[in-house]
Amino acid sequence: MRYLPKSPAEREQMIAAIGAASIDELFEVIPAEYRFARDLDIPRQQAESEIISYFRAAGAKNATDYVSFLGAGAYRHYRPVVIDSLVQRGEFLTSYTPYQAEITQGTLQAIFEFQTMIAELTGMDVANASMYDGSTGAAEAVLMAMRVTGRHKAVAAASVHPEYREVLHTYLQHREMPTALVGYDAETGRVDLAALDAAVTEETAAVLVQSPNFFGVIEDIPAIADIAHKKGALLIVSIAEAVSLGVVRPPVEADIVSMEAQSFGVALSYGGPFCGVIAAKEQYLRQMPGRLAGQTVDKDGNRGFVLTLSTREQHIRREKATSNICTNQALVALMATIFLTVYGKEGIRELAEHNLAKADYAAKTLSAQPGAKLLFTGAPRFHEFVLQTEEAPAAWSKRLLDEKIVGGIELSRWYPELKNATLWCATEVITREQIDAAAKVLAAAPVEA
Amino acid sequence: MAIQGIGRVRAHQTQNEGLVFEKSSPGKKAYKLPPLDVPAVNAAELLGEARRETPAALPELSEIEIIRHFTRLSTWNYAIDLGMYPLGSCTMKYNPRVNEFVARIDGLADAHPYRPESLAQGILEVIDLLQRCLIEITGMDAITLQPAAGAHGEFTGILLVRAWHESQGNARKKILIPDSAHGTNPATAAICGYAVENLKSNADGGIDLEALERQVDEETAALMLTNPSTIGVFESQIHRIADILHAKGALLYMDGANMNALVGKARPGDFGVDVMHLNLHKTFSTPHGGGGPGSGPVACKAFLEPFLPTPVLVRRGTSQVSESRPGAPGELCWEYNRPQSVGRVRAFYGNTGMFIRALAYILANGPDGLRQTTEDAVLNANYIRKKLEDVYELPYKTASMHEVVFSDKRQAAKGVKTGDIAKRLIDYGFHPYTVSFPLIVPGAMMIEPTESESLEELDLFIDAMRAIAREVEEDPELVKSAPHSTRVSRLDEVAAARKPVLCWRAEAKA
Repeated sequence: MRYLPKSPAEREQMIAAIGAASIDELFEVIPAEYRFARDLDIPRQQAESEIISYFRAAGAKNATDYVSFLGAGAYRHYRPVVIDSLVQRGEFLTSYTPYQAEITQGTLQAIFEFQTMIAELTGMDVANASMYDGSTGAAEAVLMAMRVTGRHKAVAAASVHPEYREVLHTYLQHREMPTALVGYDAETGRVDLAALDAAVTEETAAVLVQSPNFFGVIEDIPAIADIAHKKGALLIVSIAEAVSLGVVRPPVEADIVSMEAQSFGVALSYGGPFCGVIAAKEQYLRQMPGRLAGQTVDKDGNRGFVLTLSTREQHIRREKATSNICTNQALVALMATIFLTVYGKEGIRELAEHNLAKADYAAKTLSAQPGAKLLFTGAPRFHEFVLQTEEAPAAWSKRLLDEKIVGGIELSRWYPELKNATLWCATEVITREQIDAAAKVLAAAPVEA
Repeated sequence: MAIQGIGRVRAHQTQNEGLVFEKSSPGKKAYKLPPLDVPAVNAAELLGEARRETPAALPELSEIEIIRHFTRLSTWNYAIDLGMYPLGSCTMKYNPRVNEFVARIDGLADAHPYRPESLAQGILEVIDLLQRCLIEITGMDAITLQPAAGAHGEFTGILLVRAWHESQGNARKKILIPDSAHGTNPATAAICGYAVENLKSNADGGIDLEALERQVDEETAALMLTNPSTIGVFESQIHRIADILHAKGALLYMDGANMNALVGKARPGDFGVDVMHLNLHKTFSTPHGGGGPGSGPVACKAFLEPFLPTPVLVRRGTSQVSESRPGAPGELCWEYNRPQSVGRVRAFYGNTGMFIRALAYILANGPDGLRQTTEDAVLNANYIRKKLEDVYELPYKTASMHEVVFSDKRQAAKGVKTGDIAKRLIDYGFHPYTVSFPLIVPGAMMIEPTESESLEELDLFIDAMRAIAREVEEDPELVKSAPHSTRVSRLDEVAAARKPVLCWRAEAKA
């Protein structure tokens, strides 16, 4: 087997050195009735060329040449080539969690840079080294708020990504921590502020909203913060589209920000691995889950970095830890760090403005087709919009697919009240030609009697 | 430094490297966007008060500076690619490069999670094959790949346990956890709303059956057991353990962190385990990446299958599909209608990129390769044990599987602790072993070589460990002040925690 660096003679030599009669002797500690006596029923050993052929065929079966207007928490952005060049360096790729700081300064400094960039982008004081993804990050942020406030109820907006809300429910279901759901304003798509005001009580630990929200609409964060704060609740803002922060005001009134950083140079990869991260005001630091890199000095006074405040974590605190998280998304966070360095201060704004322009053109063009209109026009959007059509989406979707275009995703799957409504996304990689082509197909509804 | 030169070389010099922010100057660029092909928009007009006024102070560098910055940082890391990385419990094995190659193939890397299933059959076939391979390897009946890492898998597994008990009328109150367990186990039990009850290990470091019998009662939901244990020992009474639990209606959860000792040689499903997680980033060679991403599939017996997180992967035209949706019979699809499910544990379907890598590893090995891999991993650990047991204390004499745990008892008499020996290993060109874990061994030195080490590398490591043992006798200060060869010396962790500096600030520059 090509990954195993031993000759048959060396194996014999080692078995003899141990004083065993055969390799089987080393497994005799397993009771005979549980020793696996046959070959595993899995595909036979493959050559590297066969493995590549297998996965190429799988990729081709997926159909690669479609234009896609899908977003909804997973965004297609251009990935600069240097990202993969750098993260595939073995020293990053094949290194462990940097517990031995003297020989992992590369990873540690990169995490410190990541934390700095995330804090800067989100308007928070501190950020951690990453969480699994935006959905689990949001759930962990709610648990964090409960520890901070000592309260046990949460209020979540219906305009938070539906799958994030499902994960939140999974995390809270056995903790007797009820979550109230607050609806959205039918005109703007924003959180219904009056309903929110009514739902937040003296027992509310956290208000969870998403901005831009699941409909692509930017929430009125200062107004939401006022409602949360006047009852002593923390405001958690979930950000599923990180590129928005290039042009959208950061949620500085929030107490905790939970962000999905996939848009920063991370491949879609059918939904993972992505890169969650939690950022917060400094006073909540000790209740934060996940790893943190901190600056310090060595014996000679040189600057260096270590993992710090680990008394919050499971390997020290066990059942009293802030979270059970151990492995995070370090290499993906490194991708994000490189992406943000490539775009930099000007680039991230310019990139976000291109997204804004593409989506604005797409929204106007598609909604100008007969029988189509935009929903939620009363509030600003980033690069997603909701289109409502007279024709059932199933019908025009099929026509779009025939033209190798994947249109917006149907919202009735999560919001039964939003009939014939679809969520579209146009990032910088969508071209005008593709938008025009989609509009043409939409317009070509068969005339029915 | 007067240490014997065994296989070590001096590193090339490079320039030092500051923080990326310190290298920034306004106007430098490493990007170029294509010309906008739609009308430009006025962000202030579109966004109003929601517009960002102050740009984020991200660094401004050119491309060559970025390449050099991160390349220089990378050279400050130790890595499997540079040498042996014997961190016990972490399974730092070779990460095959073809895994990285295939994970980036068009159609897989760029697949949107909400694309129509008819356009996702390729990736769904990959997921389906991996699921079937992992079910066969574990001897279980069903699986979810949704959990993002081992601890997330534990969380999912204990949720299944809880949901099943609830379906029997009582969620029960406590989870038993051996004192040798990973910290994630008790943290997980607590998150799932269970009280943690400690189970003391017996004289062999294994489960004390009498204590277990005493502690298991009608309020015990499960035992979370790592097998082989964290001292690298197979629980030879495993079926008795399962029987004791099952007699009281409690379940056996297995932490699969040490599955690298079992693949192709024994199957948890055959020895009484009800539910377990795997770590694709340990046993199945997906890279650790400096701390992640991982992937923590959870495999279970059939009676727990209805509780698996939504959605589950099913094939159309089979009884598993609850609704008729458009699509050809035989096509794979996601089934969401699962009334008994514990719910989602993550958005989308899991860390799919890791599934691709793990399957590539399984295909590269086949049944014979996986069995040989396990045998080599166990052989390597036992070889190290044999070659070091005369100089380091072996607290448990029980037969070792894939890792061996020594203690610093003899060296501690000279004032040298496991952490010092670990740091000294760095000077010999190795990554330290796992320090001070498991907690049942005072001064633990937990060594897991994996199958990826050649005899030559093992001998170098053994020579280094023996040389350090001599140094402890002759010059303990040399060991206590190690490492002596690194870019930075021992870092002040107390100062880092006392006044945390977690972000770079422009004013700190002055």
